Order: sequence, then structure tokens, then C-alpha cells
Amino acid sequence: MEILAVFSPLVAFLIAGLFGKQIGHKGCQFITCAAVILAAFSSIVLFFNVILNPDILSDHSYVRVLSRWVESGSFKAEWALRIDQLSIVMMCVINIVSACVHVYSVGYMSHDPDRGRFMAYLSLFTFAMLMLVTANNLLQLFFGWEGVGLASYLLIGFWNQKHSANAAAQKAFIVNRVGDFGLALGIMAIFALFGSISFDDILANPGQHEHTMMGFLGFEVHALTVICLLLFTGAVGKSAQLGLHTWLPDAMEGPTPVSALIHAATMVTAGVFLVARFSPLFEFAPVALSVVTVFGALTAFVAATIGMTQYDIKRVIAYSTMSQLGYMFFALGVSAYAAAMFHLMTHAFFKALLFLGAGSVIHAMSDEQDMRNMGGIKDKIPFTYALMWIGALALAGIPPFAGYYSKDIILEAAWADQSGLGLFAFWMGIAAAFMTAFYTWRLLFMTFHGAPRAKKQVMDHVHESPFIMISPLIILATGALMAGYVFYGGFVGSAYSHHGEVHAAITDGMHGASQSSGHKEAAHEDQAEEPEAEEKKPETGLEKIEDSAKKIEEKVGKAVEAVIEEGKENLKEIGQAGETAHALITSGNKGGSPHDPGLNLWSRQFFWHNAIYVRDQNDVLEAAHGVPAWVKYLPLVVGLLGIAMAYVGYVARPDIPAKIAAASGPVYKLFFNKWYFDQIYNVLFVKTAFRAGRFFWKFGDREFIDGLGPDGFAWMSRKAAGGLSRFQSGFVYQYAFVMMIAVVAMVSWLVFRIEPAPVNAAPAAVSAPAPQEQEEPQP
Amino acid sequence: MIMPPILSIMIFLPVVCALMITIIRGEKGDEEIVEKNVKHLSLFGSLFVLAFALFMYVNFDKTSADFQFVEKISWLSAAGLSYHVGVDGISVYFVLLSVVLTPVCILASWNSVKTRVKEYMIAFLILESLMIGTFCALDTVLFYVFFEGVLIPMFLIIGIWGGPRRIYASFKFFLYTLLGSVLMLVALIALYVETGSTDIPALMHTTLDFEFQKWIWLAFFASFAVKMPMWPVHTWLPDAHVEAPTAGSVILAGVLLKMGGYGFLRFSLPMLPQASMYFAPLVLTLSVIAIIYASLVALVQDDMKKLIAYSSVAHMGFVTLGIFSFTEQGIEGAIFQMLSHGIISAALFLCVGVVYDRLHTRDINRYGGLAKNMPNYALVFMIFMLGSVGLPGTSGFVGEFLALVGTYKASTTFAALAATGLVLGAAYMLLLYRKVVFGPQKNKDAAAMEDLTAMEKLVLVPMALLVIYYGVFPSSVTDRVAPSAKSLLRHYEMSHEPLGYNEARLDSAPAGINKEERRSGL
Repeated sequence: MEILAVFSPLVAFLIAGLFGKQIGHKGCQFITCAAVILAAFSSIVLFFNVILNPDILSDHSYVRVLSRWVESGSFKAEWALRIDQLSIVMMCVINIVSACVHVYSVGYMSHDPDRGRFMAYLSLFTFAMLMLVTANNLLQLFFGWEGVGLASYLLIGFWNQKHSANAAAQKAFIVNRVGDFGLALGIMAIFALFGSISFDDILANPGQHEHTMMGFLGFEVHALTVICLLLFTGAVGKSAQLGLHTWLPDAMEGPTPVSALIHAATMVTAGVFLVARFSPLFEFAPVALSVVTVFGALTAFVAATIGMTQYDIKRVIAYSTMSQLGYMFFALGVSAYAAAMFHLMTHAFFKALLFLGAGSVIHAMSDEQDMRNMGGIKDKIPFTYALMWIGALALAGIPPFAGYYSKDIILEAAWADQSGLGLFAFWMGIAAAFMTAFYTWRLLFMTFHGAPRAKKQVMDHVHESPFIMISPLIILATGALMAGYVFYGGFVGSAYSHHGEVHAAITDGMHGASQSSGHKEAAHEDQAEEPEAEEKKPETGLEKIEDSAKKIEEKVGKAVEAVIEEGKENLKEIGQAGETAHALITSGNKGGSPHDPGLNLWSRQFFWHNAIYVRDQNDVLEAAHGVPAWVKYLPLVVGLLGIAMAYVGYVARPDIPAKIAAASGPVYKLFFNKWYFDQIYNVLFVKTAFRAGRFFWKFGDREFIDGLGPDGFAWMSRKAAGGLSRFQSGFVYQYAFVMMIAVVAMVSWLVFRIEPAPVNAAPAAVSAPAPQEQEEPQP
Repeated sequence: MIMPPILSIMIFLPVVCALMITIIRGEKGDEEIVEKNVKHLSLFGSLFVLAFALFMYVNFDKTSADFQFVEKISWLSAAGLSYHVGVDGISVYFVLLSVVLTPVCILASWNSVKTRVKEYMIAFLILESLMIGTFCALDTVLFYVFFEGVLIPMFLIIGIWGGPRRIYASFKFFLYTLLGSVLMLVALIALYVETGSTDIPALMHTTLDFEFQKWIWLAFFASFAVKMPMWPVHTWLPDAHVEAPTAGSVILAGVLLKMGGYGFLRFSLPMLPQASMYFAPLVLTLSVIAIIYASLVALVQDDMKKLIAYSSVAHMGFVTLGIFSFTEQGIEGAIFQMLSHGIISAALFLCVGVVYDRLHTRDINRYGGLAKNMPNYALVFMIFMLGSVGLPGTSGFVGEFLALVGTYKASTTFAALAATGLVLGAAYMLLLYRKVVFGPQKNKDAAAMEDLTAMEKLVLVPMALLVIYYGVFPSSVTDRVAPSAKSLLRHYEMSHEPLGYNEARLDSAPAGINKEERRSGL
């Protein structure tokens, strides 16, 4: 099954890429779509087999070794698939979104002369991403890591006649390589420390190197901190965190499906995955975690400020992506890995939806991307409009959309961390949440509402996209709508109906609303049956904790069954697997936890098992479920406020934004010019590198080395030859004389060399009496 | 089973072919037929050698670290010289590389060389003999003869069939290498005088005085560093490449540059272990400078061949880094990197040759938008470009990464500095590719060029497949290399036991721990 899930896109890529001409565009489209849909179903089956296994109490992850790869002494890397909870979640996200994007691209690229090649690249990307997440050693992870970089390079530069597309593609590859440089060093450091690059050895015993120091760049430093920071450098590059983010907005030069798949839903989340995968190392490197928190929080904030000022519809969403990735990173930083993965999953759905929706708009507007030239098209493309609203609501974190659950749990976890950095991240996150809602509705209003600003012939052309483009949007919209509450319990919910003692102190100190997480869980699952119950439950939670434990378990069981039922419908083709899973889970639930009726099976403990490791002292997610009410509702409030502000600024009083922009002069300029990162980097690195190159070449090679070396030598020998030519007198005795001198020189040298024994023996003899005292062996 | 003298057959078969070519004559007006016969004869000759090499490869015992297919015939018995050849896990792949690239070169010159075809083919066949001989020789004098002999046909190839500045380039090439070689000759004589032997396996097990080692090491270094080429004696390479005909560049980058690295592995490390360790910081420093310096210079080149030439300097920097890290990963990585670079850089020069044959310019800016009219070319060029960048899944990655892993064990600082080559390497190669293959079609003549011919495909496609095959299944190479690399390293470490003991006594700490610390502490 895992082979099917990972390698079918590769097969499709090879067929479409090599025999594209023979099978034609239709053939390419069919084979790539079919392969990725097959992969998507296979990964859903894996999800049922491993995560939703009836025997949910035990870990069902496994590793499938395929072949040898690089072997050199103890440095061993295999081609292998690590099928555990973390990789399966990623596989499901990647394959489902990729399948949607594949189908969408059939419609979106229908006029492109190279659409077969485009589909092949998409499949290549999917394969590389799957190799990344299923890697069982660092080298295969690096293979996937660079592979997605290559696919991204090819897809950004897909329209390779366009100068800006080529420049953006190259920039993306090279900036990513800067991150990869860190990752590569991280791999080497791990090998030096652990003597292995296999995950089995690295992740098995968390804390085995908690106090180990290692030499790095001449300093003696805490080993795990250095390693984690190096890995994080890789994550910063791939996930476009502050500092190495400049490639992401430029990457919007690529076709829109690419932006949705690579630069929103999957590739950019590889960094989040990397940190989550290495949670057993990060947990013992508190300094590194702090750095992650700060980077994440700053990115969330800075990207949101830029997002508010941009006019290109895709760039707004790109900065929004960057900002949301910032959320995920500070969640990682406060050890809420599960929350980060949760947001990663929901974000993949709603951000892909937004991008594809934007693509639909661009498609309708005859390739116009500037929002200043849009407006007034909501009635012409109603489906797209409605779907964009769903995506926007999810992004802004309005209940019951997916983003609400995942963003809130992140902010709660940051607050619950109760450290200075956690609070810093929390407030940055709140500010970003406000701006997120603002720029999202700014986008909606500018694009769809108001008077049309486009030319008449463009407006006449505005049309709803074909079914083949709308249907994937509907699937994604379903995800954006449902993924939040369906998976809340599994990703971040607690297994225990009451809090552990560690967190009791924190929760007690908070205002009364410490309801049980298990209960909240129940509330969410209830929704499947009685949606209106959701809001009421939390208030009544406290009294019911004790006696409802058993009921909860049943409900959870039901909910899981419901999920499986849902899955079964999707899985008619391979329904067998779902059937078995369903049958087993019922029996498993009955006998699953007889000793602890308070145990919640649909919870992060049993969802993730050992795929994510959190030290008890760092586990903020338990506490996050019991934060004060204001912490819970603040993101929602600022979100609504942001929407209101956008409404005022872009519908009610369209003159206000310009005034604000004018009034805040330099600040606005700073935001609008993206904090001048590009300009600074250009001067600092790009120009310097070229200048250095030219200097080394013209001066270093030509003047200095050649000047002193061969050319200078030639000049000298010409001079010398002039002198020597006087020697060529033709008199034999002169020649004989020169020869004699040479022979004498050579002989004396040889004699000196042949008889080194006495020369060497002499010191030995001198030091002969000494050994008794010094005991210095003869070298 | 009695083996035929397969190495000797491989060494002398090309010479025999060359001799046969000299007797191909024709009446006036038959020049074309003569040329055709010459080409066919040399192609089939080199393919025969390739077949023998594959036979040797199949019969190579990959579990052994010893020399195999050994032939030893007394030559000048008075001086103790003998004709002694054999291959081990290190040299077997260099032999293969040489015999694979020779037919490639002959095919690449099929239509592009029009003057003095006979002499040209003779030069290449003799070159092949000498290259195989260099990698098989197990006697220092024999080695020297082959090693030096390589210079002559190469000098002629650049000097006769080269570009406009060929005389300057060929003399620069000749003088540089000769200067190094002369010093090596002195070292070989000194070795003979000191030990009374010219037998390489014997010398590998002789322990020499440390002071003596240092001098010999420096003399060897002068020769190998020029051949590599290492910074700052690299300036002959860009000139030589630019002026050489395509096939000359292919052999130069593909095989000749590997002789330096091979020399380090065959002479410096096993015969002069203490001196190698003593001078390792020097080599590591020069390597890192080479990587950064050459990469930056490559970034600003407008001449395609010069760019690839500078990239070779950078890539060879990884080789010397790996070798002088004295770790298994480093040495195996270095060998792998040499083989991979032998294929990739050779193929890149062939790619340049493809467009040069059509437009007769190497100026990057004259091209552009080739993806449109030459899609097959764009594809194979892309594969080699990615191999050169060191993308995982291509052979370029394995060698570079293993060499870096080894370096990291020896010194984190050098590894970190060298790893910047990952970024810079991507920068200049992508820039080259973008300017040549992507972008709008600026020039009509470039836009009118035709895609790869069947002959060009015949050469480039198998090489592209090799690049990917060795990137995905490198263990087929490392399995054969490992025993020899391990034994080399064991020998190296054993020779340091007394020295390590000595140091340990001075530090008054047990030897084992001292060594451990030295490893991790750097």
C-alpha cells in the first residue's frame, strides 16, 4: 500500500515526462491524475490501517526497507519508507491536495501548449515530497528536500520564456540552498554525534545526548542545540521564515496551481514537518526551541504587515501563507508540535482553496492579478465567490471553520507556555490574527465587491470556471469546513478526562473556566450529531467531568465510527480495508481500555503514539485546554474586528485606506516595500558575490597568480635566455665546465642523501644515555 | 582459472590500433575513405578495449583489497625495475572511466574534427594507452613513464586542434605539469635511493623517516596539485579547456584531472602517512580556498567552457578535502566524486560542444531560449547541470556529500566553509543554464539550431543514465572501493600508532583517548 502511495506519482512522472509526445496531452493528464488519485486513496487506507487501527492503544507504525543506497563505513542510508503517524498525516495532506491540484490543472492549463510537461512536473513534485516525509534516514529526507526544491524550480520557471519567471525560479532554488547548507551541516553533525543517520538510532532514546558537548567551528558547544539550529536553518529556507523568505512571494510567478500545491499546502510545510520529526532532539535543546519561537512569531507578524499592503492577489495570499507558517513555527517552539501539525493540515486545505479560488478569479479576469483592476464580479462567478468565502472564514479563524480550531489551539498553547517568549509569540499571534482577517477581507472586497475597475472587454469575458476546476475546490472546501472539528481530538485532544498534576497549578491559577479537554473533545464530536450543542457544552463541563467519562468514551467511539463511515463512502473501491478497520475498531473499543474508563481514545496520545515526543515538563497542550476564557475568545474577537475594519475601509468608506497610508508614511512604505529585505540582500550578497568573483578572476588569477607564476616566469626566462645565449659560444670546454658543475652538484646531493644513516645516528647516539630518564621512543 | 594478461591487452591494444592507422594509406582523392576507415578503426579499437575492461570489471573480486590481475615481468633487472601492473578497488574505476571516455571522445570528434584526422585519432589512442597504464602501473618508474607520457598527446591535441590561443594554452599546460613532474621524478629517484625499490606495493609497506617523508611529500604534492588542479596552480586549466577541442576537454576534465587525486591515494597517503598528516591542514586550506574562489570566479564567466573549467577546480577541491580528512567517508567520497565528476564534467563539455558545433561561439550571452527549439538537449543538459550542482539522486551528490561528511569529522570549520560550495555551485550552474536554455529567443541563429542528432544522443543519453544510476545505486561502486579504502586507512592509522603513542606520552594521557579527542575536538 505504501509503495502505491509513494511511487505511483513517480511512475506517472516518468511516463508523462519521457513519453509525453507519444501519449499526447490527454494521456499525460489522465495518467498523472489517475496516479495521484490512486496515491491519495492508498494513503487514506494507510491512515485507517495505522492511525485509526482498531487496536488504537498500540503503535502500528513500521518501516519498509526497499533497497540500499549510500554506504560508506558506518555512514549508511537506505531507500526506505517510514510509515508512522507523522508521515501518514503528511502523506494524506500531500496526496489529497495534490490530487485536487492535478484535476484543477487540467482545466486551468487547458490552453497551454506544454500542459503535458506541466502535469509531469506536478507528479514529480508529489513524489519528491512523499519521499521527504516517508524518509527513514536523513539522507533520504535530504533527497526529498532537494527534490521538492528542484520541482519547485521547474514549476516556478515553467513559463521559461519569461524573464521574471526564470529569475524567481533561480532565486527560489538558491535561497533554498542556503537553508539546505544548514541542513546538510546538521546531517553531518548528527552523524558525528550519533554515529548514524538513521531515524531508528537518532530518535529512539530521547535525551541520550542531553548533556553532550561537541566541537563546532572551534567552539565547544552544546551538541543538540547546534544540531537543532542547523536543522532549523534548513526549515527556515524551505518554510520561508524571516530571513530566507524572499523567494516565496517571487515564486508566485509560477502558474497558480503550483502556488497552491507547493507554495501553500505542501512544500513550505516541510520545515514544520522537519522540526516535528526531530521533536526528540528539539525537546532537549531549549535554546533552539526559543529561537524557533522567536522566528515564528516575528514571521507571523512581519508577513501579515506586508500582506496588508500588497495589491497582487497571489502575493497577498503568499504573505498570508508565510504568516501562517510563522504560527506553526512558534507552536513548535513552545513544544506544541501536535498543534503545529494540526494547523499544517487545516491550513493545507483552506490555503489551497484560497489559491485555487484566486486562480479561478485570475482565469476569469483574463490573467489579471492586480486587485486594483478587479471588483464587482461576485455575481458573475458565484461559485468561486462562495468558495473563497469559506477559505477566508477558515483563514481568519471563524468557527466552525477549520482554521478556528487549529489557530486557537496554537495561541492557547503559546499563552499556556507562560514564558516570556511564549507570551511574546501569543501577542504577536493576536496582532497577526487581526491583520489576517483584515487583509483577507480586503482581498475579498477588492476582488469581488464594489464597482468594476477592469476594462470592458475583460469584464465581458468574466465567466465561471468549468466544472473540472470547481470540483476540486469543493473537496478542499469540505476540508476547510470539517477538518477542524473532526480531527481536533485526534491531533491535539487529551487522553485524560482530568488534567495531570503537573498542570493543575497553572490551571487552578486561571480564571474558573478550566473545563476538561476530554469534555471539549466530546463537545466537538457531538457536533457530528447535534451541531447546536457545541457552544453550550463548555460552560457546563466542570460538573460533568467525573460521571461523563464513560459516556465520553462511547461518544468518541461513535465519532470514530462516524469518521470511518465517512471514509468508507470515499473508499468504495478499496472498501475492504475500511470495512475491516470498522469491524475491528468496534471490538477494539469494547475491550480497548477496561482498566481506565477515563481514557479518551480519540486523543493525541493515541493518535501520535511515539511519532511526536514531548517532555512532560514542556507539555503545554494539556494546559492549553484550560486557559482562561479571554485567551480563547480574543483571537475570534480580533478576527471579527479585522473583518469589520476591512468592511469600513473597502466597502463603506473606500477613501480611508489611502488616508491612513499617507498618514503613516514611512511605516506604510516599510510594509509596502516588504521591509526592504530584497534590496538589502541584493547589495549584501548578490552584488558582493559578483564583485568578489570578478576581483578574484581579473586580479587574483590574471594579475597575481599568472603574473607571478607562468607569465612572470616566461618573462624571466626570456630575460635569462638572453643572458644564457651568451653561454652558447660553441666552445666545448665551456660546455664541459657547465656539465661538470652540474655533475658535482648532483653527486654531492646524492652522497648526502645516500648516507643519512650517520647523520641520523648521531643524534641517536647522543641521546642514547637519555632513554632511562625520558623513555621517549625513537620516532 | 588462468587469466589472460588482460591489463596488458588493454594497455597495448590502442597502441596497436594506432600503428595500424599509420599504415592506412590511400591514393590521392581517397582522403574521405581513408578518414572514414581511420575513424572506424579507432572507434572499434576503443570499443574492444571497453569490452576487455568490462570483462575485467565483472571478474573483479570486490571483497579483496589486494591488487588483482597482477602481471610482473622483470624489465631492467639490474636496477630492480619491472613491468608490474595490477588494479585494486581504487584504480579499477579510473581504468573504466578512461576506457569509457575514449570512445565517447572519438564519437564526439566524428564530425567536428576535419583536419589531420589520422594524427588526431592516433593521439587519442596513444593517450588511452597511457591513461590505462598510469592507473595500472605498480612500479614507480613505469608509473612515471605513463604519467608523463600523457602530457605529450594532450599537448599536441591542444596545440594542433585547439582554438586561436592554443599555443599559449598548450605551453602553459605543459610547463605547469612538467614543473611538477620533474619534482616528482626527483622524489621517485630519492625513494629508490633510500629504499632500493621501485615496486609500489613494496613501497606502500615501507616505513620512512619523517623528515625524509616531508621532502618527498612536497615533491609529490607539486606534481599532483598541478594535475588536480589545486589553487593557486589552477590557472592553466581554464586556458587549456578553452583552447582544447571538445574531445580534448572531455579527456582533460574526465581523466587527466583524476590523476592528481589518484596520485595522492596511491603515493602520498600510503607511502608518506606521517607527512600527509603533517601537511593536511595546508591541503584542507587550499581546498577550501579553491572551492570558494573558483566558484565565485565561475559566477562571472561569459565563456561556457571557462565556467565549467572553474567549476572543475571547485569540485576537485571536494576531492582533496575528502582525501585529507583521513576518514573512510572522506576517501570513498573523494573517489566517488572523481568518478562522478569524470562523467558529469565530460558530459558538460560535450554539451558545450553540441552548441559550439552549431554556432561556433562559447559566449553564454549569444544563446538563450534553447528549451524551445532543442528540448532534448535541454533535458540532458539539465541532468548534467543538476549532477554538477550535486542534487541528491545524481552521482554528483553522493561523492560531494560523503567527502563533506568525512571532512566534518576531521574539522567542522573546513566542512562549513566547503559547504558554502553547495550554494555557490547552484548559483553559477543555474545561471549558465538559465542564460543558455531558458529565456526569450534573442538570436535568430540560436533559435534556428537543430536538436540533438542521433550520434549526439548515442553519446549523451547513456551518460545521463549513468549519472542517475550512480546517484540512486551508488553502492555498486562503493562496495568495490570500500575494501581498498579501508585497507588504505588501516595502514595509515597503523603507521600513526607509534606517533600517536609518542604524543600521548607527552600529554601523559592514554593513546586511545588522545586520538578520540583529536578527532572530535578539531
